[in-house]
Amino acid sequence: MLGKTAGGLFWMYRYLERAENTARLADAGFRIALTRSDHAEDEWASIIDTASARKAFLGAGGRFDGPSVINFLLRDPANRSSVISVTEAARNNARLVRTALTREVWEAVNETWMTLKAALARPVRETDLPDVLTLIRNQSALVRGATAGTMLRNDIYNFARLGTFIERSDNIARILDVKYYVLLPSVHLVGSTLDNVQWETILRAASAERSFRWVYGGETRPLTIADFLILDRRMPRSLLYCLRKIAGNLGHLCTDYGVRRPSLDFALGLRDELEELTIDQVMERGLHEFLTRFIQSNNALAAHVEEDFRFNR
Amino acid sequence: MGETPTFFNEMDGGGEHPRAPYARYGDWFAGEAPERLRRKAREAETFFRRTGITFNVYGAADADERLIPFDIVPRIISAKEWARLTKGIEQRVRAINAFLHDIYHRQEILRAGRVPVSLIENNDAFLPKMLGVSPPGGVFTHIVGVDLVRTSENEFFVLEDNARTPSGVSYMLENRETMLQMFPELFTKIRVRPVSDYPRMLRRSLSACAPPACKGKPVIAVLTPGIHNSAYYEHAFIADQMGAELVEGRDLRVVEGRIAMRTTLGYTPIDVLYRRVDDDYLDPLNFRPDSFLGVPGILDVYRSGGITIANAPGTGIADDKAIYSYMPDIVQFYTGEKPILKNVPTWRCSEPSSLSYVLDHLAELVVKEVHGSGGYGMLVGPAASKKELEAFRAKLTAKPSNYIAQPTLALSTVPILTRAGLAPRHVDLRPFVLMSPDGIEITPGGLTRVALKKGSLVVNSSQGGGTKDTWVLED
Repeated sequence: MLGKTAGGLFWMYRYLERAENTARLADAGFRIALTRSDHAEDEWASIIDTASARKAFLGAGGRFDGPSVINFLLRDPANRSSVISVTEAARNNARLVRTALTREVWEAVNETWMTLKAALARPVRETDLPDVLTLIRNQSALVRGATAGTMLRNDIYNFARLGTFIERSDNIARILDVKYYVLLPSVHLVGSTLDNVQWETILRAASAERSFRWVYGGETRPLTIADFLILDRRMPRSLLYCLRKIAGNLGHLCTDYGVRRPSLDFALGLRDELEELTIDQVMERGLHEFLTRFIQSNNALAAHVEEDFRFNR
Repeated sequence: MGETPTFFNEMDGGGEHPRAPYARYGDWFAGEAPERLRRKAREAETFFRRTGITFNVYGAADADERLIPFDIVPRIISAKEWARLTKGIEQRVRAINAFLHDIYHRQEILRAGRVPVSLIENNDAFLPKMLGVSPPGGVFTHIVGVDLVRTSENEFFVLEDNARTPSGVSYMLENRETMLQMFPELFTKIRVRPVSDYPRMLRRSLSACAPPACKGKPVIAVLTPGIHNSAYYEHAFIADQMGAELVEGRDLRVVEGRIAMRTTLGYTPIDVLYRRVDDDYLDPLNFRPDSFLGVPGILDVYRSGGITIANAPGTGIADDKAIYSYMPDIVQFYTGEKPILKNVPTWRCSEPSSLSYVLDHLAELVVKEVHGSGGYGMLVGPAASKKELEAFRAKLTAKPSNYIAQPTLALSTVPILTRAGLAPRHVDLRPFVLMSPDGIEITPGGLTRVALKKGSLVVNSSQGGGTKDTWVLED
């Protein structure tokens, strides 16, 4: 496979994952605004922080209110991480790697782009927001389904999966980091409404509210939420789950190609470290420090993959 | 608009009943509810959009992707008509290939005075660096798209020979695919020759031209300028259908005397490169130094037998509009036969007597830029306003050698489906020809382009033209 194709697949799936996560983030923010309107401004600000977009947002004259943030996250073409921008970027990458995709996957991506372009052509009104967010989620599911159902499990698939999970773990780590103080045991004011809403946001943004309840019942404690999103092996958006997938796909690639690449060892190192860690140890080291380091390592891992498989050079 | 002459209508021939090739289709059509057909036409558009069969228009403000409109009424050619066309096309393509070989070797045709030396020497499409080069298998033009027009029951003309990088084959294939999906019943009633073999034939044909350096099964790649190119969809489509890699210049470099592509495992040599990049941009070391689309040094690798480039560099000298008027001589010179397909009479504006004729008859003629393509920079006299005529007259007088002129041909029509029912529109035809050391293969069909605007004679997609599925009937 061409290095460029590998890179195109990797980025196509990163962008698709980002579109979905950004929509979830907007959803979580919207919900908080509905339930706790007096804290809305702070919440919208932290949503923008999670998207690492404070500078761009304020620079464009954005204000921390629902319509501004929602439109910035979903449809601002100047925001390179807005849903519409990343959907277009995903589709451009799909065009680039058209020969590596099944017709089903290509058409799903193309249709997603056409549908979202139409849905996000005008500012999204509050009354339409739930429908628009549902649409984005459904389109993501469509592409994912086409991928799972029709793509050969070879190197093409491995690069697609690497993109998905590297992006996902990055996004989850950012969500946690923006809210890390809510999860710290020291500030844990059990039972306060504010905290419940905050936790709810985190779980929602990770699409984990339902699965969390299945696993933990009604017992919502900050530590268990952190544990669930960082170290749970069953939760498909936890950091450890993502790393296991990343290591697995790199492992397949190296076996398939018959060469061991540094990125595999790097990923295995990160994975093993998490495998042995307990949530108490994470808290002891400092949740914020842990997450900052994780985000850096994850970026470094992406750079290794890019270099090992000659995406650009 | 001038006086409208009568045009040959390929469906009814001007009579009450459909001509023989259209008889069965006509029966079927008469039994269909117009509403159902219009709904099908809308479905076709959705299908094309979803599939992403789009092209980018150069110079369009929004750089948006557009669909080439598709008309659901097929253009039908009988087995007999096709047999005659293919004979003529084959003769012409052989002559073009022989001409190219000659021009880049002994130049017998120039010595014989049949083509003026100045026309070659001063032509940008002539590549001195190709002198003495014999491409693998002796093939210069692996893929040719011959543009034909029809003016009556028995008269066909060659309008243009596309011997560089002819495009449109993806539309030939997708149009058929669309028709098969929308009207399967038609294909059980009417026996239409399939076109779907083209990608396989192309692969075989390119493989047969592998360079001396090739060991084992030839590795084929399609070279595209990238996703912003107007024909990118087609490049990806062809690569996909052939099972070849789709590469850009930035994926390639010279490694140990070969052209190699950067894979996830390092550089791997390519044997045959089907390039969809123009000569000028192919090699910044040998041609335009500012090109990022090509591969530095590829021409040197080519000349030493390290790679096959399809079509060969320098084939443009054969389809140049200034050369076009010499094609009858060229065919005769190399085949010893009379040309089967006619050329459109052409005035070379570089010749003073022709120029004065053209200036006197501007309102009746079609004037084209010698190096233009895509219908840009072209004047259709009868359709032009006084102002347009005067503006063009000024351009023409300023640089006559830049233009040729032809009579406005009475292009045949085929009906399209409009809201008011069937309505005749002008068409042309581009069959696709593959050449290899094993022979010449012509896919039965091709791309029919149709001018959707009533009365318009310009079929180019960049000028509002559409396409039709082209049927060649079984005997």
